[in-house]
Amino acid sequence: MSTPASALKTTPLNATHRKLGARMVDFGGWDMPVQYSGIIDEHRAVREAVGLFDVSHMGEIEVTGPEALACVEFATTNAASKLKQGQAQYSGLLYEHGGFVDDILVHKVHDESYFICCNASNQEKDFEHLAALNRFQAEVVFASDRYAQLAIQGPKGLATLQKLTKTALEPIKYYHFTDGEVSGTPARIARTGYTGEDGFEIYIDPEEAERIWNELMEAGREFGIKPCGLGARNTLRLESKMALYGHEIDASITPFEADLAWIVKLDKGDFNGRSALAKQKTGGVKRKLVGFEMIGRGIGRDGYEVYLDGAPAGWVTSGGPSPTLCKNIGLCYVPVDRAQPGVSIQIMIRNQPVEAVTVNTPFYKRAK
Amino acid sequence: MIYPENLLYTKEHEWVRVEGDTGVVGITDHAQKELGDIVYVDLPKVGATAEKGKNVGSVESVKAVSDIYAPISGEVTEVNEALATAPEKLNEDPHGGAWLVKIKLSNPEEIKQLLSAADYQTYVGAE
Repeated sequence: MSTPASALKTTPLNATHRKLGARMVDFGGWDMPVQYSGIIDEHRAVREAVGLFDVSHMGEIEVTGPEALACVEFATTNAASKLKQGQAQYSGLLYEHGGFVDDILVHKVHDESYFICCNASNQEKDFEHLAALNRFQAEVVFASDRYAQLAIQGPKGLATLQKLTKTALEPIKYYHFTDGEVSGTPARIARTGYTGEDGFEIYIDPEEAERIWNELMEAGREFGIKPCGLGARNTLRLESKMALYGHEIDASITPFEADLAWIVKLDKGDFNGRSALAKQKTGGVKRKLVGFEMIGRGIGRDGYEVYLDGAPAGWVTSGGPSPTLCKNIGLCYVPVDRAQPGVSIQIMIRNQPVEAVTVNTPFYKRAK
Repeated sequence: MIYPENLLYTKEHEWVRVEGDTGVVGITDHAQKELGDIVYVDLPKVGATAEKGKNVGSVESVKAVSDIYAPISGEVTEVNEALATAPEKLNEDPHGGAWLVKIKLSNPEEIKQLLSAADYQTYVGAE
């Protein structure tokens, strides 16, 4: 097995992954596990039981001070003012022209403290962006080094994590969190995730990460817990139609185009990117994200061209097999007037057009 | 993994089993392990011409597409149709039932350029 190139960043669990026989990849400059037992096997473990992910590469940024809320409100698209203490919210950080700097989770710790979880490869950029927009009585702090993050995802996630904490997990509602403890170490316990299943994401001291990981693996053993890598994380989030930066969203894409109008609150007051979005709302978008299923043989993958009526009309942002649905699915950008279910499209696979059809999303929604 | 001695190998992780004037072609155990769960196999049509070193199809895992390069030149005389509906067989039996194509050798001399099991084993061990 190869050792990580010195330039790659590592999480506190790097040696643990290698011991478990994970296949490691360079993910945006991070040496991360892509799979252990196999992507399909790990995917199913999360849908049917529980899976454990090391997501310590994710970034954390804290905004504190008397005007912390004003700072977050100005920098993000969603209405942070609506958050109650202990609540989390999916939101966007935008450039002034309306394109994405990143997509983030905003957690309200208390009136003068907000905790942001952001994408690994965007964290430095996000921090600089937030700091540049901070003209408030607030402090923006880069906090990634202080946190390891583990995701315990799946229908048995609660039962697994509950064994290690006195913090009652059942009362934590979806997209809420509490500051408690896990196995005696302080932990921010959030009922959030990137899989479309019930589950938790915990933020802990990096020094404790290996011990907690091992204890979670032991706690989940009776349920068939599996360590899960970025491969399964990707197939799970795609089935649930959750955006991935660099694929569905980037600096050239606005929330309206990405079918994320619900995270844009134009009536909340001014925020970075608002005027561009207001203009786009009036004028309408030209292209929009839509889901598809393959009909012909083949897999439409990231970057493949989409054809409509025999002419190039868009591109696939993410595509691959859906282990839950046993179909080949994907997301693509097409002209807005065709971005609706039931439209026949062709995806160019190795220079051959292959039939596909646009469909409703999400592809998978868990039974509540 | 013991690589069967009756097969010949390439550095691109294909194998060839010579049967008279025909070469049966597949991918190695090492290749299927590297790919992970194989979900799709794209093979040429019978009658197509394979050219040594050139693309003759592709194998897709959940995450990625990998080209298959013809280890030998000649006419494709048969393709393993079973893989269309059961691509996972490539993970289960890469050196046997999950062969990909049969190629009628147009230049039998090419066989001499392939690696023995021992040489291939050394190669993947060092890779």
